Amino acid sequence: MTDAVAATTQRPSSFGRILRAIGLLRESPIGIFGLILVSFWVIMAIFADVLPIRDPLAQSAPDLLKPMFSPAPDGGYYWLGTDDKGRDILSRLIFGSRLVLFWSTLATVVAYLVGMLMGVAAGYRGGWWDEVLSFIGNIFLAFPQMVLYIVLLSQLSPESPLGQVLAEAGFSKTVAKGLTIVLAIMLGTAPQVMRIVRGIVLDLKTRDYIAAAEVRGETPFYIMIVELLPNARGPLIVDACLRMGYVTIAIAALGFLGLGLPPPDPDWGKMISEVRGYGPMGGNAMLWPAVAISSLVLGLNLLADGVREISLRD
Amino acid sequence: MLVLAARRLASMILIMLVISVMLFVFFEGDKLNLAMRVLGPYSTMEGRLQWLADNGYNRPLIERYFSWLFGFLTGDWNRSAQFSAPVLKFLAPRLANTAILAGCVFVITVAISLVLGVLSGIREASLRDRTITVISVLTTSIPEFASATFLVAIFVFWLNWLPGSSSFSSGFSWVELILPVATLVIYNFGYYTRMTRASMAEVMSSQYVRTAILKGLPYNRVILRHALRNALIAPFTVMILQLNYLLSGVVVTEVFFAYDGYGKALVDAAQYGDVYLILAGAMVAVVVAVISQFISDIGYTFLNPRIRFA
Repeated sequence: MTDAVAATTQRPSSFGRILRAIGLLRESPIGIFGLILVSFWVIMAIFADVLPIRDPLAQSAPDLLKPMFSPAPDGGYYWLGTDDKGRDILSRLIFGSRLVLFWSTLATVVAYLVGMLMGVAAGYRGGWWDEVLSFIGNIFLAFPQMVLYIVLLSQLSPESPLGQVLAEAGFSKTVAKGLTIVLAIMLGTAPQVMRIVRGIVLDLKTRDYIAAAEVRGETPFYIMIVELLPNARGPLIVDACLRMGYVTIAIAALGFLGLGLPPPDPDWGKMISEVRGYGPMGGNAMLWPAVAISSLVLGLNLLADGVREISLRD
Repeated sequence: MLVLAARRLASMILIMLVISVMLFVFFEGDKLNLAMRVLGPYSTMEGRLQWLADNGYNRPLIERYFSWLFGFLTGDWNRSAQFSAPVLKFLAPRLANTAILAGCVFVITVAISLVLGVLSGIREASLRDRTITVISVLTTSIPEFASATFLVAIFVFWLNWLPGSSSFSSGFSWVELILPVATLVIYNFGYYTRMTRASMAEVMSSQYVRTAILKGLPYNRVILRHALRNALIAPFTVMILQLNYLLSGVVVTEVFFAYDGYGKALVDAAQYGDVYLILAGAMVAVVVAVISQFISDIGYTFLNPRIRFA
């Protein structure tokens, strides 16, 4: 009896569990392909400083809008060509992956935290909690997301009260803008997460272990955080992968629209809009950021598909 | 059914009212900031105060809200600072342009995804199903501005078949509409297809379809008369609801192709700080989105007899 309890309570370390999850993913070739795509960009982002690439901000006046494999003055090559200010596209893409991954991860995590808390409260508490939280959610869901982002970002400029608070807190212009974008994305995404979590919790709360916890006299807060949320994680992991893809698209799209991070940071979306006006001359410089963003989002979507496929199997 | 519709209508109007209050306070709550936005950053403080007094901004916020709401409902959307023209007059033709774009996209997307979804849902896990699923995951992973880039690279820069911008500078032209429509269809059809496929696959494994096949009805007849009619209920609702997402993509696509529509106007206004134009634009988007949600709810009830007669 005690042995059985010990066997079930002893779980492998978290690192071991991650390795096992990747091992499980082996059964889904699509998922593995997604994982490779995502890992590629994560590795590029981590090692951007170490890689033998040019300074992403260094401009070179004689080398504007060069095609792929053009020789550079320093004896090397512009492997992917240069943009309209003579900057190396490859290194801009690699350093850009840092921005894209950092801000979209942060925005997804923040949106998820808020959405999960709202969802679990609405689902478990029910009644007025549910009515009020769902109504708040519906308000933000009524906006087409991009319109919501444009509305918020147009008004939350550096001169706005929020902008001033962020500036006084010592954040640089870029970080302040990034945090504003995170806030906008959170308002647009958290209600969607809330809906999903609420649905799952409505199903889970009739289970015996919730009743047991209630009988034990646990507080609602404990039940929500310790009993409900960990058990809702299965479908949420799949959704988080997809959601991160949407957030990545949204952040890059805001960059493309000129509402994202301020120049000269190499934001993938902005890289496209900067050379959009040059016609066929800018074709090469426009193509690579589009390939980069598509590959990252495709990776996230395939990873989500792989995880779903495996979780449905057992 | 009528009671349900009335309740939905009431909650829809409530949501729109709450949103209008929020938007109003968000944009017009700080009136000095508003005056700065409208008159420009180099206007004098006296000028701004004078402008506020002249335009009745010294009334209480609640009173101003109601007069703004009345103005919005009667078509007085204030003047755009950027274009020095009434917002409604400026926005109306652009909304019409966007309606053309979104309408074409919607019809084409629905047609493609119904056919593909049904074809792949009829026989699950077949090669055809696998292929269609992979294609639809692939296309939904490419954001609009990226697929627009690919399309322009191929059809404009390389093959030189189509114009790269769609500003309608020499009047309306179908040729200029092709690339924006294609961009949006490519991004959107995957999701609809997967919805239709899931719904069709579910119906195909139901008891009544099996009964129909077993009693010897022709296969085509079972698909068209028994399966399709039930399989299309769920996708219908989703497709109307997706109008909301379609609008998000429309904004990006319009900017990419310099298409003179609602989305481009909104982005230009956001960069300029044209408060009244953004405010009116946001209201229009919300009204369209909420009404489409309402239609989707009512349509679902109407199409699904199990709910209609309950």
